[in-house]
Amino acid sequence: MTLSLVRVDDRLIHGQVVVGWGHALGAKQLVLVDDEVSTNQWERDIHRVGVPPDMAIEFLSVEQAAQRVPQWEASSSRTIVVLGEIAAAVRLCELAPQIKRVNLGGIHQAPGRRQRLPYVFMTDNEAGALASLVARGVEITAQDVPTARAVPLKELA
Amino acid sequence: MSNGLQGIVVSHAQLAEAMVAAVGEITGQRDALLPVTNEGCSRARLADRLTQAIGTRPAVVFVDLPGGSCLQAALAYLRGHRDVAVVAGVNLAMLVDFVYHRELTPAAAAQRAGDVGGRAVRVVE
Repeated sequence: MTLSLVRVDDRLIHGQVVVGWGHALGAKQLVLVDDEVSTNQWERDIHRVGVPPDMAIEFLSVEQAAQRVPQWEASSSRTIVVLGEIAAAVRLCELAPQIKRVNLGGIHQAPGRRQRLPYVFMTDNEAGALASLVARGVEITAQDVPTARAVPLKELA
Repeated sequence: MSNGLQGIVVSHAQLAEAMVAAVGEITGQRDALLPVTNEGCSRARLADRLTQAIGTRPAVVFVDLPGGSCLQAALAYLRGHRDVAVVAGVNLAMLVDFVYHRELTPAAAAQRAGDVGGRAVRVVE
């Protein structure tokens, strides 16, 4: 499997993703899946700044990403997919059932959200949407960096 | 000096706070720099913290890494403000020098900081 990580992280492209996970997984391809960023040249330029020269980056909408999942799975190059919102991750998993694991990496405070871990805040609806993915066989864990314990969704009640 | 440029140090964890404290220890000037951490912040929350720290003053924003959430927040702020400049890859040498050159324009101070900070990195044998 070369789709090495599907991560929900509202900071999108940042140190934990590029340095922490990128090094640990040996990933050479980074994909930012965000409907807004994918159509905004300025946002794309901002995110490119943090990507090292030996790592490729693509910007795709959720629908575009879903179509590419089989290609990433078949590729010899390891790919990290980052999404900023839980809802987008749920949509991607629904459109691309090949995705069997989702990492919750950084979901911060927002109205209606409750703290589940120091770096994970979710509304009950968001937690419920993720639970529905678990019921369909998707493994969902919270883990900010590779050296941390992967905390199963059921422990984030 | 208190009417000069404001320096803002933006970092992961408590690095900015420690660097600002160190500059205060070295120079005795404690009003030139303000720390901002990205700890526990979404992109929007970090942008709010940065905006609040800068206020309405001309400023130089010093960022810890040449990429990532701190730089993204600084660049997003820079987009709508002409009286702010951004320096990535902050080190203590450039901050110490900055507090003595706050009469410069943001762009000139940022250029100077980059020069001073770059020269301070050396292999000592």
